[in-house]
Amino acid sequence: MQKKTLVLGVIGADVHAVGNRILDYALTEAGFSVVNIGVLATQEEFINAAMETDAQAILVSSLYGHGELDCRGLKEKCVEAGLDDVPLYVGGNLVVGKQDFAVVEEHYKEMGFDRVYPPGTLPDVLIRDLARDLH
Amino acid sequence: MELALLVDFGSTYTKVTVVDLRDEKIMGTAKAFTTVETDIMEGLKQACADLQQKLGFDPLTAKHKVACSSAAGGLKMVAVGLVRELTVEAAKRAALGAGARVLDVFAHRLTASELRRMEILKPDIVLLAGGTDGGNREVIVQNARMLAQSSLQVPIVVAGNKVAAEEVAGLLRGAGLDCRVTENVMPELNKLNVEPARMTIREIFMEKIVSAKGLSKAEQLIDGVLMPTPAAVLNAAMLLAQGTPGEPGIGELVLVDIGGATTDVHSVAKGEPSKAGVMLKGLPEPQAKRTVEGDLGMRYSARALCEAAGPNRFSGVLGDKSCGRLEAFLARVTARPDYLPKDEEEWQLDEGMARVAVELAMERHAGNMEVVYTPFGASYVQYGKDLTPVPHLIGTGGVVVHHREPARILKAAWFDRNNPTSLRPRSPRMWVDREYILAAMGLLGEIAPDTALRISKQCLLEL
Ligand code: B12
Repeated sequence: MQKKTLVLGVIGADVHAVGNRILDYALTEAGFSVVNIGVLATQEEFINAAMETDAQAILVSSLYGHGELDCRGLKEKCVEAGLDDVPLYVGGNLVVGKQDFAVVEEHYKEMGFDRVYPPGTLPDVLIRDLARDLH
Repeated sequence: MELALLVDFGSTYTKVTVVDLRDEKIMGTAKAFTTVETDIMEGLKQACADLQQKLGFDPLTAKHKVACSSAAGGLKMVAVGLVRELTVEAAKRAALGAGARVLDVFAHRLTASELRRMEILKPDIVLLAGGTDGGNREVIVQNARMLAQSSLQVPIVVAGNKVAAEEVAGLLRGAGLDCRVTENVMPELNKLNVEPARMTIREIFMEKIVSAKGLSKAEQLIDGVLMPTPAAVLNAAMLLAQGTPGEPGIGELVLVDIGGATTDVHSVAKGEPSKAGVMLKGLPEPQAKRTVEGDLGMRYSARALCEAAGPNRFSGVLGDKSCGRLEAFLARVTARPDYLPKDEEEWQLDEGMARVAVELAMERHAGNMEVVYTPFGASYVQYGKDLTPVPHLIGTGGVVVHHREPARILKAAWFDRNNPTSLRPRSPRMWVDREYILAAMGLLGEIAPDTALRISKQCLLEL
């Protein structure tokens, strides 16, 4: 079977690189073809990368607390670019400090994300979900 | 004596150069008007006859006889890709590196009206890219289908998603088109791979474009028209920078060629961040990079140059008084592309235009530093090449060659404290290619690279 392609990156002005590398490693080990656009990634870079590589999913990380601002409008741009079917996943430290995750999740879902993960989510959880979602 | 005759069929002049390979020196040069409209041989024979007068023997008896050409409009191409910043840009760079004039670029699915525009532009070659290997295939296949239906009858270089290549080639060949499949210009996201496409373009140039442009007759007298002139210049720049196994190069360099219609910039430099803590983003740059600015020329595109610059940049360079005379000067030079300034004020205007052309062309060629302000301080991101540490800047083209103090023009290429995000050379040594010899040396590089390199070094005049 052909490998599933995923676009992975850390959105906005965020430079936290360690989690990104771990995810890249874990996903590659799990048999995915990972297109890692690294840190400081703009929304356009996610979209362009997904288009050229025909990605099956876009995985967004945000660690520094400003994810909400950075993620707003990404779904709309995806729709505009013809990527409406490509699911959006987001994880990391999505808001500043500790907040009720149910509220955070709800909020990101309203922004168009298909799956929203709480801080400290292990790669295994993501891999299990991807296997279920992308068949 | 072992002689080489190097011919440059230019848009205006056919220039011939004879080199003695044993003594490693230029024996003579001559030029005559290019006669591609009637018979390309007339101009060549005329130039050779002139040179025979000077040398006392017929240059056509030389052992090696090779040519490059930018006659009959040069090598005209269009590039097609998927995303503008990715495969479209990669395809454009491959075409520029092959010495082509890129008439236009097209992104995503070609529309009927874009196809019509392409038919009107009449490129010599179409470069079709799109999708990383294993990535998007629908768009390149659809674009091949469109090209197959169009009235374009030109060779098509396919340099896109390898998974789609067979289907694409089938569609194009099915329509009777000459289609050459080569490696993807962007095999993985943000990986540039322009060399195979460049080589394929060059092959087609030698096999087909030369005769399509009425140059094949020249091949009765000379061994071959090997490449477009800009590719020869880029060759020379690479030779000069990188050296050969037998002769060291001078190191990284930037070459600016200010012409009547365009300003070309070539850089042979890695361009990695020169400061610590700077993050590199965007499509990687080829080590040998060429850009062509069709709106920055001294004569044919003088008016476009002024528009591109805007009034402020000009008054900054010229002062308000001279600016008043600019309009009349523009009218004069666009009407007569071989016009040379007559008095001091006209020289100043010419110099001013050249400085603006160099500054803008370098701004577009060099990389940029962007400062990303996070709530917690600044981060630095670099797009394109950091040319600040490049040690050599070479100038050529009419205005540089004729000017009393070409350094004043070339300094416009330098790093500017008032525009610190533009990563231009900080304080390079400056050289002039007085004899416009580099195209010929790029050609000679195909025969005797060590010699071509040594002669190039001799011919550059330090300012
Ligand atoms: C190292 C570090 C830094 C380094 C980063 C170095 C580098 N280049 O990577 C430096 C010093 C530069 C730094 C700077 C800042 N940092 Co910092 N940093 C950390 C620290 C200590 C560790 C991060 C880390 O590497 N973790 C290890 C990796 C493996 O974990 P991870 O990044 O969380 O990623 C995993 C999971 O989150 C998950 N995951 C991530 N993305 C996704 C996506 C999906 C879809 C899924 C399913 C899972 C998932 O999987 C990853 C792998 O297991 C954390 C605190 C902490 N202990 O986490 C703070 C922390 C992330 N930083 C923080 C802050 C505030 C900052 C600064 C704003 C500080 C400042 N005032 O300057 C700046 C911001 C700079 C910027 N522009 O980004 C805060 C964020 C607060 C928030 N969100 O509420 C944290 C949480 C510290 C804190 N408790 O306050 N930081």
